[in-house]
Amino acid sequence: MDDLLREFLVESAEHLDTVDAELVRFEQDPNNQQILRNIFRLVHTIKGTCGFLGLPRLEALAHAAETLMGRFRDGYPVSGASVTLILATLDRLKAILGDLEATGSEPAGSDDDLIGALEKMASDETPAAAPAPAPAPAAIVLPPPVERELKPGEVSLDELERAFMEAPGPDDFSAEPPPAPVSYAPSVEPAPAFEMPAEEAPEPAAPRAAAAPSSAPAAEGGEGAIAKVQTIRVNVDTIEHLMTMVSELVLTRNQLLEIARRHEDSGYKVPLQRLSHVTAELQEGVMKTRMQPIGNAWQKLPRVVRDLSAELGKGIELVMSGAETELDRQVLDVIKDPLTHMVRNSADHGIEATNERIKAGKPARGTIRLSAYHEGGTITIEIADDGKGLDLAAIRKKAVERNLAPAAEVEKMTDAQVAKFIFHAGFSTAKAVTSVSGRGVGMDVVKTNIETIGGVVDIATELGRGTTFTIKIPLTLAIVSALIVKAGAQRYAVPQIAVLELVRVDAKGAKEGANAIERINGAPVLRLRERLLPIVTLQGLMRGQATVEEGEVVESGFVVVAQVGRQRFGVLVDEVFHTEEIVVKPMSSKLRHIPLFAGNTILGDGAVVLIVDPNGVAKLVGQSAQSGAVAEAEGEEIEAGDAKATLLVFKGGSGGFKAVPLSLVTRLEEIDAAKIEWLGGRPLIQYRGRLMPLVPADPTIALRTEGNQALVVFSDGDRAMGLVVDEIVDIVEERLDIEIAADRSDLIGSAVLRGRATDIINIAHFLPLAYDDWARGPRKAAVKAPSLLLVDDSAFFRDMLTPVLKAAGYSVSVAASADEALKALLSNAGIDLVVSDLDMPGRSGFDLVGAMRKAGGRLAEMPVVALTGTVGPEAIEQARKLAISDLVAKFDRSGLLAALAEIGEPGLARAA
Amino acid sequence: MQAANANAAPADTTDYVTVFVGETMFGLTIDRVHDVFVPAGITPVPLAPKEIVGLLNLRGRVVTALCLRRRLSLPEREAGAAQMAIGLEQAGETFALIVDGVGEVLKLGAETHEPVPINLDPRWRDISHGVHRLDGRLLVILDVDALLAFGDAKRDAKVA
Repeated sequence: MDDLLREFLVESAEHLDTVDAELVRFEQDPNNQQILRNIFRLVHTIKGTCGFLGLPRLEALAHAAETLMGRFRDGYPVSGASVTLILATLDRLKAILGDLEATGSEPAGSDDDLIGALEKMASDETPAAAPAPAPAPAAIVLPPPVERELKPGEVSLDELERAFMEAPGPDDFSAEPPPAPVSYAPSVEPAPAFEMPAEEAPEPAAPRAAAAPSSAPAAEGGEGAIAKVQTIRVNVDTIEHLMTMVSELVLTRNQLLEIARRHEDSGYKVPLQRLSHVTAELQEGVMKTRMQPIGNAWQKLPRVVRDLSAELGKGIELVMSGAETELDRQVLDVIKDPLTHMVRNSADHGIEATNERIKAGKPARGTIRLSAYHEGGTITIEIADDGKGLDLAAIRKKAVERNLAPAAEVEKMTDAQVAKFIFHAGFSTAKAVTSVSGRGVGMDVVKTNIETIGGVVDIATELGRGTTFTIKIPLTLAIVSALIVKAGAQRYAVPQIAVLELVRVDAKGAKEGANAIERINGAPVLRLRERLLPIVTLQGLMRGQATVEEGEVVESGFVVVAQVGRQRFGVLVDEVFHTEEIVVKPMSSKLRHIPLFAGNTILGDGAVVLIVDPNGVAKLVGQSAQSGAVAEAEGEEIEAGDAKATLLVFKGGSGGFKAVPLSLVTRLEEIDAAKIEWLGGRPLIQYRGRLMPLVPADPTIALRTEGNQALVVFSDGDRAMGLVVDEIVDIVEERLDIEIAADRSDLIGSAVLRGRATDIINIAHFLPLAYDDWARGPRKAAVKAPSLLLVDDSAFFRDMLTPVLKAAGYSVSVAASADEALKALLSNAGIDLVVSDLDMPGRSGFDLVGAMRKAGGRLAEMPVVALTGTVGPEAIEQARKLAISDLVAKFDRSGLLAALAEIGEPGLARAA
Repeated sequence: MQAANANAAPADTTDYVTVFVGETMFGLTIDRVHDVFVPAGITPVPLAPKEIVGLLNLRGRVVTALCLRRRLSLPEREAGAAQMAIGLEQAGETFALIVDGVGEVLKLGAETHEPVPINLDPRWRDISHGVHRLDGRLLVILDVDALLAFGDAKRDAKVA
């Protein structure tokens, strides 16, 4: 195949894609002369080139299509049928081009069917359409001649065609944009001057257009042409090669820099610096060439939706946003097909039939919204429809029928988990199989495709309101900024997106006011701004364990403080080098199963380093990251409802084990017993420039008089209390199953932790012992204490949060279920705001808020803070819909107080 | 070196790149071999299947290096011993097969070809196409695709 032909194929394929999209636009906006002109120009180019290259079949088809389009240009009404016919012709053109590409010659065959239909439509419409334009021109200026002279249809078009050919072609058009629009429009007029009278045909079109959007079209056309970005076509291999060469250049540069460092006085330092800059810029530039806007993958979708809309008899509108979001070319190729499939799926299954929509009180036309944006190192693509939503009950039933999960388990699953069943192969709840979808083939392929590039799909659905698919594609192949760190003998790259800060730790640091890692029963933790941060070592992670081995040195180095979802943890590394913009290369198929790595990259010095995946680390650390992405990877494990609690275990009083939720603890301290002072019969110490009262965790604990005394410090605002304990033992994360002890106010109850019976202490009992007025909230006493209703099914949480909330200045009442809460809300008009757990047996927190919003009046606007074990995108979405002020993780005490403080100002001002 | 080299009709001969692991000579069809190079700067991958030595940079491409010794469950090469790498491609990915040494290219015909002896260790049997009888020694022909088909079962098990 010669180069000319190849170029023609590439160019034509692109033109046809554009024509596809433009035609759909044109159908909706038939008065837009600019679009039509663009279409006409593109088809004309194809036709012209075909003639030049000697491709008669293509030429004839393109000609017939052009003829019909010429009719539109003349102002004939654009009908759905005619657009469909032209689209069909374009498909045929594409098929022929495909064969041409494969074989190098035009395939044999006849297109008489299409050509016939096109010609018929072109000539048919003449009489049908003629009366229509007639009144309009008549009303304006042009007298009857128009109608009469239109009669010799075929001839006129051929001549028009010639006039068109003689006019500046598309090539001139883009080559010298400014004069083009001017010469373009008149190009039609000179023709009639020497041609048959039939050439006046375009003239009625002009006034029509003018009548609609004023006389702008010419100007618009000009802008469109100028706005066209100047591009050249470059072979992908060329870019890849360029990329490799630039990498080599960077290596050489780095070696030179190394040499320059050793020779202090060298005169080539300055030029080397410049070389360094240029290289960096060159590298960046080449990397950028690999990126493409996602709009390229969307180009075909308007056509797909239009065809489906016609086929299914539904009105569907496709709204696209974020088409300019750039992503790597390779990723783009992979997601193209899944996206198309999902849009088809939304059109077929999601959007209801028009009459159903009207019955449901929705706009007759359904909307599919496609949007893309960059979000924290991932590219998020959302496909949202406003259709009927997934029938979760049907999916549950089907899942049980198909033995995908036992009925009892399906029963307990959350909606989001149930929705994911649609990704199983052969799973379809469509009542009828349509030609579009419903055969249960596809969604599993979609999921697999997305997962091959490390992406995840999430579903949020609401019956009757629509379904939103969220695809998150990770940074694979994109360029990211990464921190290069060292652990043991190896270097690793940590994506900076996950890194909050770096903290230098030193064994000797504790005394000098710097940071030091402390251990609780061997588990390393770091105090960071009044919070404890669990520490893992990167070396340990690389052995596949999150725990730290006995004797392993974790005393000095750097802690990379990372956050995944709402989980924070520190990763101890030996050294931190610098940050570098790296190209993420995917892991080999043999290594992709290792969750710790997001990919690999080649550093400036030529070494291959592995890119640490913060999500994978978070998973290994055992703190299930609470993003939807990871919840998916966690499998079908059901965590909602039995949230784990992290507890600090200590020994206090007659050798028994006691525990307190770690989230309530501010610090762990060991103080010199000699520093304890007694004032008014109460022990105190000077702590951070203030006096802090000490309270024994058990009456049997005696304060030490020498050596070190272990303290658990609780603080709230500027007050602190030291709980005196015998020894701090451990931090455990376990499901709490508390047996309530009714007879003692200092204990909430007891539970089995790590196989030991452990008392869970009630902080509410100790706080007033330290400060008599703690529970009364003196700081806010001046104002009327806002009344808060705390809804939680767990007595433990109610007991735990009540003192905290009281201390923050709220008057607290409690309810153990949604029903109880509603009753309280309806009967007690004094309640100002609600703090509710979301995961409750029976009616959930969402149900409660939903009921409140429906109840109207005071309840409809009452601020609500929701507590939840897992914060997923679905939950956030639902919370937003219900106007929930904030979602707070269950153990995040300070988060809760901050959320309350935030809504407190306006909400409570109104209440007071 | 071989009689086959001289007499065989060019039509039914195959070119093999020979490699050594310990005393054994292996052959790889030449059209699967993209590169022969000295591996350097291998980055180990924690938690990887044992066959994988690590990743290395081959002229700007990241290549997964696997060790033929480990693949064949042979003892590790002594530290400091010479090693060579063969660049292989499969499904768009490049792999480097680490061996002890690389020999010459042999042109062999079908007449010296024998099926894999049935008493061979199944680990070996699975990854070889057959054996060529050469003067004084045997050449085990490696099936590149089978060679690269490790780890899959393990991974699938993990997924399931």
